[in-house]
Amino acid sequence: MKILILGAGQVGSSAAYHLSREEANEVTVVDRRPEVLRELQDRLDIRTVVGHAAYPDVLERAGAKDADIVVALTDMDETNMVACQVAYTGFRTPTKIARIRSAEYMNANKLFTQDAIPIDVRISPEQLVCSYVEQLILYPGSSQVLEFADGRVRLVGVKADRDGLLVGQRLATLKDHIPNTEARIAAIYRQGKAMLPDGDTVIQEGDEVFFIADRKDIRVFMSEMRRLEDPVRRVAIAGGGNIGVRLALALEQTNQVKIIERDPGRARDISEQLNKAIVLVGDAADEELLLEENIDSVDVFCALTNSEEANILSSMLSKRLGAHKVMALINRASYVDLVESGSIDIAISPQQVTIGSLLAHVRRGDVVKVHSLRRGAAEAMEAIAHGNEENSNVVGRAIEDIELPKGTAIIAIVRGDQVIIAHHDTVIEADDHVILFMTDRRKIERLETLFQVGVSFV
Amino acid sequence: MNWTVVQRILGLLLMVFSLTMLPPVAFSLYYDDHSWLPFVEGFGLTLAAGFICWLPVHRSKKDLRLRDGFLVVAAFWTVLGTFGAAPLYFSDGLSLSITDAIFESMSGLTTTGATVLTGLDELPVSILYYRQQLQWLGGMGIIVLAVAVLPMLGVGGMQLYRAETPGPVKDTKLTPRITETAKALWYVYLAFTITCMLGYRLAGMGWFDALCHAFSTVAIGGFSTHELSIGYFNSPAIDLIAVFFMFVAGINFSLHFFAWRYVSVKHYFQDPEFRAYGFVLIVVSTIVIASLYIYQVFADPGLTFINGLFQAVSIATTTGFTTVDFSVWPAAIPALLIFASFIGGSAGSTAGGIKVIRCLLVYKQGVREIVRLVHPSAEIPVKLGNKAVGSRVVDAVWGFFSVYIIVFGVMLLAMMSTGLDQVTAFSAVAASLNNLGPGLGDVSSGFHTVSDTAKWIAVAGMLLGRLEIFTLLVLITPTFWRH
Repeated sequence: MKILILGAGQVGSSAAYHLSREEANEVTVVDRRPEVLRELQDRLDIRTVVGHAAYPDVLERAGAKDADIVVALTDMDETNMVACQVAYTGFRTPTKIARIRSAEYMNANKLFTQDAIPIDVRISPEQLVCSYVEQLILYPGSSQVLEFADGRVRLVGVKADRDGLLVGQRLATLKDHIPNTEARIAAIYRQGKAMLPDGDTVIQEGDEVFFIADRKDIRVFMSEMRRLEDPVRRVAIAGGGNIGVRLALALEQTNQVKIIERDPGRARDISEQLNKAIVLVGDAADEELLLEENIDSVDVFCALTNSEEANILSSMLSKRLGAHKVMALINRASYVDLVESGSIDIAISPQQVTIGSLLAHVRRGDVVKVHSLRRGAAEAMEAIAHGNEENSNVVGRAIEDIELPKGTAIIAIVRGDQVIIAHHDTVIEADDHVILFMTDRRKIERLETLFQVGVSFV
Repeated sequence: MNWTVVQRILGLLLMVFSLTMLPPVAFSLYYDDHSWLPFVEGFGLTLAAGFICWLPVHRSKKDLRLRDGFLVVAAFWTVLGTFGAAPLYFSDGLSLSITDAIFESMSGLTTTGATVLTGLDELPVSILYYRQQLQWLGGMGIIVLAVAVLPMLGVGGMQLYRAETPGPVKDTKLTPRITETAKALWYVYLAFTITCMLGYRLAGMGWFDALCHAFSTVAIGGFSTHELSIGYFNSPAIDLIAVFFMFVAGINFSLHFFAWRYVSVKHYFQDPEFRAYGFVLIVVSTIVIASLYIYQVFADPGLTFINGLFQAVSIATTTGFTTVDFSVWPAAIPALLIFASFIGGSAGSTAGGIKVIRCLLVYKQGVREIVRLVHPSAEIPVKLGNKAVGSRVVDAVWGFFSVYIIVFGVMLLAMMSTGLDQVTAFSAVAASLNNLGPGLGDVSSGFHTVSDTAKWIAVAGMLLGRLEIFTLLVLITPTFWRH
């Protein structure tokens, strides 16, 4: 697939990284800063073009004529929109994806149609990160919550501790613990190594367990892995930027929210947008301020400023001052490793949250959703099985008869409104949404082929 | 430094290269020239060496870093020049010394085209073929070929590609994937080779000669299967075909790629380097032809034109084919031709020399200084086409230029201290450093007349010239080896 990425910022660079390491993709990156591009080209096998991302001649030089996908990821909404317009009118690019940050554009009616601004997919990293954090707060104790089939099914990552009911027991006993509902353990990471579990696998303390369950059953299953935490009530947010304010808005009705912003002018603006949350003017790493505002009784502290170093330091400080759980927004992958073993409970990587929504459009076959996990080493994917028994490798077969690549498992199926937890004898029907877990994303190409319909269907 | 990766790739490349010793075996058996054994020996030796190198570290999965790229490329060219000499050394018919065998093989691989062999017309067919093939492989670059056929090099491929490709700007890729870029370059190269071969065949060469000369023409090498080089054929048609393909091979191959991709020739003329390249060739040819005419070297004006044009293009593009012995031409013509070879061909072509684009940039710098004298407060960027050239590139060009001259000076003195006269030493260094081939004075017909020391100096010069000095030079700096 020929992919054109516009903008080599944080999101653009990480998209280039993830997309270019898949053999089948040819990636070209456009940016105005030659030095950024040079550095990127040293690391990745991509082509780079210097120039303004929305100018027709720049796009032409970057090969927009043959491109299958244009992904506009500059930090200017307007540039992204015009770039997609140019790609559509000038080069008839089939798929156009744009990053749209401001909610004003996002919510506008009929703006993004083929005869107005032809953008097929809109991505708002801020929105994605915000709802990601929201899920984590909704399910305390989880390290990741990923939605499939419009939120009907959720894949939850959770670290097993001593108090989990299932810890130290065979997985087959899960049915005895919770007789009437179904869930499935998708994968277990023990000391960084992936394993696909079977009935005899025993969960140990410290394992990172990914399980899938219907939305309503999640809390019950969480209690199998670790002591159930009380629902979050008090939340403190550091950083009144785009993400911080969105999160505050989403949480202020149900939780007690405090938001700390350094710039008085910005704080004033935020306070006008928010109704119940308390806006504090000050430095998130100011010990006095944190103590004054009872940081020791806060359930979750989220550091969401633009500076990842500040996020790390302020969340470490709050943890020491008694915050129950701290999360920090961290872009750099090497920092994530550093801090997650230490005192920060959850490191949120915006790139990883965002990249999944891009990957879904690059995949061959009808892929609805992709979530990138464990820094891109693993992937969870929702694909639609098309065709019939003759021309599909999937439809009409029981799961045990499907030749899945090693390290891959079908974990659930969504059929209409019904969520079916996968068993070895579950038969897949046409138009089922199949949810897969891959511990090794290098097998992705074989999986794509599996879900493609044979020629006779076309 | 990442020794395991360097060793693994080096071993792998050697094993791949060993395969290129098999076609001469086929030629030997077909023409029944009884000299297949040295090639089989060479094949076995190279394959074994590569395998021994690769086996202990073949599980190493690390990525190639920038520094490793330099080391791999420099080491590979050195090692390859040595192993490529094996069949020549093993051959009983040639009975070459180690020095001569390595000289010949290095001269082939670096597309220099200087030879120590005499009596080419009597040599076994397989040996003749092997020399031409060495030039062909060296022309587009053996590393570029490896990047094209070994996909697992990945991003490391870019590091290797950069260390080998000539020219001041090496970041431009034709396609997003480096393997695809390398493949595209080799396809263009292959297409030219085939067309050139057909051209020669139609103009009256035998199939074998046509193939061999197509190899060395498109590679801008200069080896021939005959003692008299292209002059052996004594055919104006062949001369003109050679001129055309030498000219074409001296153009940046990315221009050819775009011509093929977009089916247009317009951008050739928009490219400032191409225009300068054409201009230099036209000026040099005109002067040479005019001088030949004035001095009445040839009785016939047609011969004057053909020989003047051929020799001007052949030497200025650093090919080194000859139709007549130009070193005895009157006045400044021989010196002019040698000087033209310093400019050489375009960046990203198979030609040697300093490269047209660098000379163009240096010239534009000179012009800028003059304009600055007149308008002291003017802001004058150095422009290529309509684009300003970054100061990093201009700096790099100056650095290259000065190092080229220093290296040249040092080698000239070294050559002279082996006992060569000034003209011979000067032209011998130019012939090797510019990857040209023929020189003046004692080396006008080959390097068999000079001492072993002088040959080794020439070998070093060829390698420095082909890898554009810096790739080799960084290896002897302390910074490179410091952790």
